[in-house]
This record gives sequence, structure tokens and C-alpha cells, in this order.
Amino acid sequence: MSDDETESLRPLAPFVKIGADGKPYLEGMKCTSCGEVLAVGSRRACPKCAAVGTLEAVRLAERGRLYTYTVVRRSFPGVATPFVAALVDLDGGGTIKGNLIGLNCDAIQFDMPVQVGFETLSVAGEAGTRHVRHVFTAVVE
Amino acid sequence: MSDVYVIGTDMIRFGRYPDRSVEDLGAEAALLALKDAGLGIRDMQALYCGNMGEANRSVGQRVMQHLGQTGIPVVNTANACATGATAFREGWIAIKSGLYDLVLCIGVEKMGRGLLGGGASYDGVPTEGLVGSGTMPSMFASLGMEHTRKYGTTFEQFAKVSVKNHHHSTMNDKAMYRMETPLAQVMEAEMISFPLTKLMCSVNVDGAAAAIVCSERKARALGLMGRAIRVRASVLQSDPYTPRNLALMDFNSVTRLAAGAAYEMAGVGPSEIELIELHDCFATAELMHYENLRICTDGGPGALIDSGETELGGRIPVNVSGGLLSKGHPLGATGIANIYEVATHLRGEAGLRQVEGARIGMTHVVGAGSSCAIHILEKA
Repeated sequence: MSDDETESLRPLAPFVKIGADGKPYLEGMKCTSCGEVLAVGSRRACPKCAAVGTLEAVRLAERGRLYTYTVVRRSFPGVATPFVAALVDLDGGGTIKGNLIGLNCDAIQFDMPVQVGFETLSVAGEAGTRHVRHVFTAVVE
Repeated sequence: MSDVYVIGTDMIRFGRYPDRSVEDLGAEAALLALKDAGLGIRDMQALYCGNMGEANRSVGQRVMQHLGQTGIPVVNTANACATGATAFREGWIAIKSGLYDLVLCIGVEKMGRGLLGGGASYDGVPTEGLVGSGTMPSMFASLGMEHTRKYGTTFEQFAKVSVKNHHHSTMNDKAMYRMETPLAQVMEAEMISFPLTKLMCSVNVDGAAAAIVCSERKARALGLMGRAIRVRASVLQSDPYTPRNLALMDFNSVTRLAAGAAYEMAGVGPSEIELIELHDCFATAELMHYENLRICTDGGPGALIDSGETELGGRIPVNVSGGLLSKGHPLGATGIANIYEVATHLRGEAGLRQVEGARIGMTHVVGAGSSCAIHILEKA
């Protein structure tokens, strides 16, 4: 992608960051008090143990396993369906939701390994900005 | 501290009232409940009014403009689907504290049509369908699939909840649907979000319900103990941290937390509860809450719905009103309508759907965000 596009790339989730090299990655928080890994942005206290000022940014794994999902057939007006809304437990901690793509619904299985990937989208927003979303795809083990 | 009682309660028929205002619906329910107690608005020392849709517009005060502006304190509550139960509990707290002897609790809602949900956006971009889904049906579908993952619960078992609750609603003249829905009809209805078809999603309706909450001293002085309902437990919890609840709301942990506290406060166990009005916003939710409320073991809900034990006439009838699925789910009214339903059975006044001889019942709601409110009621 060109430098112009890199500069205007914006994430669609608080745990998606854009690296200095222009590549998206996942970043969460880890509590130095209780050790919990959270797929969230910065906050003042740990939601698990309530320790204050103990959350530190940590890179999250881009591999994980499918915990639960649903095939959405009807959503809000104007939203294209069907799509698979999935919840994925990332290896090493943190759970995120997103779309599972590229699979026949019959092929979906609980606990199947998935890879997190990123797609650049042109959606409504400020002129010249492009957004990036994360997606899940099946990993063949 | 002495006990707290419900001495009057009623609800309007849930339905669609496009030409009526929120305050008119709320005032109608309030007047019905006051009539049930044989009292008037001048007897009330405070109003606790639950409403979500107009939560920033002083609904309780507007209802008072339709009931008589007596100048009493009005507290408006908004707590998602636990809004009505939260208003009722604020009334309970006020009586329990000894500050007042008689308060009015109202839940009222006018709903739109279509799917509920946050309609989340991030950085100004609507994320629905791009980053999973935030509709309520998809959320409760995912939670149902979690139950399938853990215990093998089937689409058919979830669908049976709707068959049961729609059947119950045929005996309730205050319910929205009042129609039988055979299993095939439920399973073949439009698929919204697997495993939830349209008939497995609660119906958006307008509605209002009210309850008069009273101290023991006052109930005795008024000679109203004969039909009074004792509040054995009133519990409200917010969702405790669980590893996935920042990505998918967890209504199980918060219900378990509230249920444990409610059973302890009431001094009763699950086997002593004789009917339950629980939060069947979607068919999947009812089965999840069977185990959360401990009327069966973990993993037992599929077998419990198969057994018929949660139908009217069974061991532990659940949602004999028709539930949110068929009576309807006007968010702010639901929690107090549940109180009305259980109280009506405990009074032996539920007609065709009466749970015979019921002396102790439970109400349960959850609210997105999340919260859970549970009340345990007993015939005084």
C-alpha cells in the first residue's frame, strides 16, 4: 500500500493497532498484579482484580480457537447477511469477537483453530480515511 | 427490620398502542394497582418509575401529571431489561429502610419494531456485520451455541421453550400473542440467528405494570394482610468479571451470583420455589437460566424441557404468563409485570393458568450491560 493509505488507516476495534510499518496487529492489556490478559484498550484499573495502574500493553496472539458462534441471517436493516459472528479465545489470553469468513457453515466446529487476518475497507468516514477490520479464517492443522 | 409487602399490583394488557403516550400507559397501570389495594395516589409517599426509551425525560413526573401532582419524590430508573425490577427494588429498599410506609412502583415502555441491540460503532463506523454482531438475537444465539458446545443442547430443545410459553399465553388475557405454535411452526419460522427463529425471540410490545409496596405495620393497620405478598428476597447484581464477558455479555455468572444471594436472603432453596417467571428474552436464555437458578443440574436444561416439568402442571412451572416470548417484553415494564404474575398465583387469582397451591415464587430478569435482579415472593 502507498504511504498515503498507510497514514490514513484506522482500526475498527480497540484491540487492533496499526504498526509503524503500516501493518495491523492485535494489542491488549496484561495486569501485572493478577496476570490476566484482556483484549481491551487502556483503562485505569483491572476489571478482574481491581488493582489500579497495573495494566500494561501487550501484543496478543493472532492465532486462537473458536469458542462460540452464530450464523446471522437477519441483522439491522442494510446489513448484508448471512455472516458468521464468532467469539475466539486467542492463544495466550484474551477473547475477541469478529466475523469468521471463507467457510461453509457446515464446516464450522467448536474449538477449531483460527487465524486472525486483516482487511482494509472503504467505509463511510472522514474523506481519505480507510479502515481495517480483523477477520477469522480456519487453520488447517 | 420488618418485612416488606406488595399490597396491590396489576398490569395493562401488553400490546401495541401507537396512539397512547408512555405516561398514559403508566398511569393506567398505576390506577389499576391502586384500585387493587383500595388506595389512591394521595396515600403514596414516593414513586419509583422504570423506563428505558425516554430515560432522559422524567417519565415518572409525567406519569404523576396524569395521576395527580401530589409533590412526592419521584425516582426514575433505567437499567436495560432489568429497569422495572430495579424500580421495584428501589421501592423495596425505601420501605425496608423505614423511611416510608407506602410507595408506588411503575414500569412502563413503548417499544419500536425490529431487532434490539447496541448498533455499535467504532471510530464513527457502524461495525455490525463487519466485526461480528451486536444484535440481541445474535448475542443470545451465541450464548445458546455455548450451551450446545458444553452440553449438546439441541435446536429442537430450544424451540420447545417457545412452544411451551406460547401455549401458556393462551391462558393469559394480558398477553400479546395468545396463540399456539406447534414445534414445526417454531422451527420452520424465519431463521434470525441460528439457533433462534423469529418465534424464539421475544416480542416487542408496549406495556405497563405497577405495584404498591408497603411496610408490615401499615399493611396491618390498613387491614390488607389478607391478599398481601411478602417479599422474601430482593437482589440486584452487576456482572462479575469472567474471562469472556468483555467480548460477549455473560448473563450466566451474574444470574448465579444473584440467585445465590436471593436464596440466602429468603432462607429457601430451589426445591421450595413453586413457580418462576424468568427472563426468556430468547428461547435459549430460558434453558440457560434453568441451571443458573438451580432448578436443575448443570447440563440438565435440555432434559428438563423435554420432560415437560416446566409446563403448567409440571414440577416447577416456568413462565406460565407466556413469558417475554409470548406475553411480550416492554423493557421497563417487564420486571414489575413478573411481580404481578407471581403475586397473582400466590393469591390464587390466576384463573386458567393458576399454579395450584403455590405459596413461594421467583421472578428473574437480566439486563444487558449487564445486571440481574431476582425477587422471591411468598403468600403472607
